[in-house]
Amino acid sequence: MYRDVDDRPRMGKRLSLRLAIFIGVTVVLFAVLFLRLWYLQVPSGAKYLTEAQNNRTREFRVTAPRGKILDRSGKVLVENRTSLALQVNPAKLPEAPVERRAELTHLGALTHMSLRRVRRTMHEQLILAAGAPVTLRHDVPRDLVFYLQENQDRFPGVAVEPVFVRRYPDGTLAAHVVGTVGEVSERELKEPRYRRLQPGDEVGKGGVEYTYDRYLRGTPGTTRIQVNALGEPTPGGQLLSQPPVPGDMLKLSIDSGVQVAGEQALAERGLPGAFVTMNVNNGQILGLGSFPTYDPAEFTKPLTQGQVDQLYHNPADPLDNRATQGLYPTGSTFKVITAMAALNSGVSTPSTTIDDTGSIKIGDETFQNAGGAAFGPVDLVNALRVSSDVYFYKLGLAMWNTGALQHWAHMLGIGRPTGIDLPEQTDGLLPSKQRRDRLYRREETERPWSAGDNIQLATGQGDLQTNPLQMAIAYATVANGGTVVTPHVGMEVDDSAGRVLKEIAPPPRRHVHVDPTYRAVILEGLHDAAQTAGGTSDGVFGSFPVPVAGKTGTAQRPPNPDQSWYVVLAPYPNPRIVTAVTIEQGGFGADSAAPAALKILEAYFNKRASGSSGVNGGSPG
Amino acid sequence: MEVARARRARTEPFSTRPGIAERLGLPYMDAPLALSAAVLVAFSVFTLGQATVHDVPGNPDYYVDRQAIYGLLGIVGMLALTRIDYSRFRELRVGIYTFLCVSISLVFVFGFAARGSRRSFELPFFSFQPSELGKLLLVLALAGFVIDGARRGSARQRTVRYLCLGLAPAALVFLQPDLGTSLVFAAVTLAVMYVGGVPWTHFAVIGAALVALITIVLVVAPAVGTPLLKGYQEQRLTSFLHPSEDASDAGYQQHQGQVAIGSGQVTGRGDNATQTRLDFVPERHTDFIFAVIGERYGFIGAAFVLSLYALLLWRALRIVTLSKNSYGTLVAGGIAGMLLFQVFVNVGMNLGIMPITGIPLPLMSYGGSSVLATFLAVGVLQSIHMQARLGQRSRFAW
Repeated sequence: MYRDVDDRPRMGKRLSLRLAIFIGVTVVLFAVLFLRLWYLQVPSGAKYLTEAQNNRTREFRVTAPRGKILDRSGKVLVENRTSLALQVNPAKLPEAPVERRAELTHLGALTHMSLRRVRRTMHEQLILAAGAPVTLRHDVPRDLVFYLQENQDRFPGVAVEPVFVRRYPDGTLAAHVVGTVGEVSERELKEPRYRRLQPGDEVGKGGVEYTYDRYLRGTPGTTRIQVNALGEPTPGGQLLSQPPVPGDMLKLSIDSGVQVAGEQALAERGLPGAFVTMNVNNGQILGLGSFPTYDPAEFTKPLTQGQVDQLYHNPADPLDNRATQGLYPTGSTFKVITAMAALNSGVSTPSTTIDDTGSIKIGDETFQNAGGAAFGPVDLVNALRVSSDVYFYKLGLAMWNTGALQHWAHMLGIGRPTGIDLPEQTDGLLPSKQRRDRLYRREETERPWSAGDNIQLATGQGDLQTNPLQMAIAYATVANGGTVVTPHVGMEVDDSAGRVLKEIAPPPRRHVHVDPTYRAVILEGLHDAAQTAGGTSDGVFGSFPVPVAGKTGTAQRPPNPDQSWYVVLAPYPNPRIVTAVTIEQGGFGADSAAPAALKILEAYFNKRASGSSGVNGGSPG
Repeated sequence: MEVARARRARTEPFSTRPGIAERLGLPYMDAPLALSAAVLVAFSVFTLGQATVHDVPGNPDYYVDRQAIYGLLGIVGMLALTRIDYSRFRELRVGIYTFLCVSISLVFVFGFAARGSRRSFELPFFSFQPSELGKLLLVLALAGFVIDGARRGSARQRTVRYLCLGLAPAALVFLQPDLGTSLVFAAVTLAVMYVGGVPWTHFAVIGAALVALITIVLVVAPAVGTPLLKGYQEQRLTSFLHPSEDASDAGYQQHQGQVAIGSGQVTGRGDNATQTRLDFVPERHTDFIFAVIGERYGFIGAAFVLSLYALLLWRALRIVTLSKNSYGTLVAGGIAGMLLFQVFVNVGMNLGIMPITGIPLPLMSYGGSSVLATFLAVGVLQSIHMQARLGQRSRFAW
């Protein structure tokens, strides 16, 4: 048998040393492993557990549908529809420029877009909302969706997502009131009101969509999905999801009947103009419109160049809300304010009679009645009925440097913020001695304040810049006995189930003292103007069954033709509503603005006659 | 013959007829060594059973069944080797060495390519990876050469000879390419040389050469534009130095393994072990099985497994000292070095303190060749133990 040649009874000394070192190394290495294991699992365990848990979940945002917008009777003005949007996530596109280009070209061919347009669309949207997926096309046809799904691997970074898109069942109806929505911009994201939003979220860009955005917006939900190392959802891996909370419904005080009538009346005339109809007691707006208008649905898709030109580079400016942003002189409709100022400042009394000779000469200037008529001796009621300019010239002359006219116009809301719940509004301009003299001192105008300026203002001409809403508020204040209401189109916020969350009833801006006798005299004059023989708008309202009190206005806007105005309170003698209409280049007040106002009142009172809508008690339905 | 004589001598006081245990040689085996190996493979089967249920569609027990069979085959192989006098391998050293080199070389011709690397033969029931068994074969052959050549040539010549003998198969494996296993070959060679008494100065020179080699491979060669390692190899080797930097590839894997183990905390996450269940940790049934244990069973489970390895190593080192002859000492030392290197590098890789080298964890990682080869190595240790027991019972024991 085989025997060992090197049989040895004992280990040599040197071998013992080597083995001892071997054992020592083994002990040290195991100690290292144990220590490291302990360090990872015991002191750092919690940290790694958190990391592991974050590892396996991805959070997806689920957008919330925006709340609907209804009119006062619950009719839908704005709702949502789902649209299939073709979205490209730039971060997930191939990195190699050649592949990237090939994919975008292919995508462009499928969506009938040139590569240049695809690139430009992406570029533009990325400026607006960096990091968000870019929507290349809305309302993707079904067959394209199927094609993209079947060829998913060829289109990395491309997804077809259902998105909520605003839908406007009545097209352009109340477009200036409801406004538009769009993706939140980078600048907006920095504002506190958009604090919790992310790029790509939709927010209101105008109208009540903007004002009541925080109610309409809703709260996006989140879905946490368990994913594997490739980021793919694992079966049954829906961990925790918070459903989106749909936005609240906004009920407007808008009366669709009034709104339709007003918009139609303006559209029939075909001239730029605006109207507003408001409850004189609480400031609820029943109708508010501006012509020309626009289709808010255009903003739910990327605008074409043609649409951009038509909306933004159009002299008629369809996006301008002339009812709240207009800057117009008002013509004779201003005389109500002049009368209030004169009566309250003691310049005249209700029975003051002035002999209207057809013209008045102040200094070198001669001021004439419109059309050169001479009405003889007239008191206030008759002056309003026939719209005697001379009567109000003289009142204006009497107050030319007392500031009383400016004071009362200011108290009644001319040339100052109205507090309406629409972002599109301008203050306007009330000419005054202080302002003009200041300009003169700065040599920005050629002459100081003169009596002529105040005479112009007394009849609503000259430098005055106001709009139908301010005029409606001034008339409402006289009619309701001195309450300057806060106009508002929002009436009620309801949750998606229809429960009332918030009534919108802003308190009055202020109160002014309106002597009941003055109010009665002015309203009588307006009523006579509208519905008695010789009244300026008797031809329009004479046969209207409801007694009203209305005033025409013809504003001179050289070099343009005259602008037509009409402001009417109804029913007389205790008005509930006021309607103000203006039509640029519409000629005499009675020519175009008064007929438009009549159509609105017909719509309002017809509705009331059929019992579907009231004003004082809000909506019955 | 010796076996028979020893049995007689040992069993006389107890019984006249040898029982089953006697026939298997159980009384002469090192029980803690055999037990720790068996428990490790059983734990491996248990872990695979819980962690790989969904890995092979339609066959939840794919890995479990196979690993259990490999384990049983390995135990049978271990018992068989226990009864063979390991000293025969010293006579057969040339044949063993030739077989080792030829079998590794044949892989290049008939081998089954997996992930761009030819390492194994495709056999009817499993794919056999010669380099796994080769680790043991190298120990047996090299130890023989060391004993045989102990009095031939100068010390320097001998050192060079051993190095060449050991590094030739290592180079072959490296070319497969299988960096991890070739490193094990190198480690085994150094371990045998160390126990074989190669002078310290030579080790110092080898160490310096190693440092120079690493510098050339990782720093100089890429710098002059002729990289010697494949890109992924280099990345794996260096990523442990900056694990969190690159979350997309090599560093990512290592970091995920670390996260998995850490998240197990003290008691483990059980079936909530998402890191290893959801593919965040790659190769969870082979190279990263320790991460699975760490995450599922926590510090308790992982420390238990580490303790079993410590026990295994202790018994292996003890056998080094018990061996009745130098050949046994060298073989046991080589095997102990092999096990220590593999355990430390693999567990260290899982713990994020060693590079990713693709070295399996002996007895735990799924794989027939590795499990079998490790059991055979334990069998050789048992054989050394048994021969020592039979030879003289008076030796000191720890």
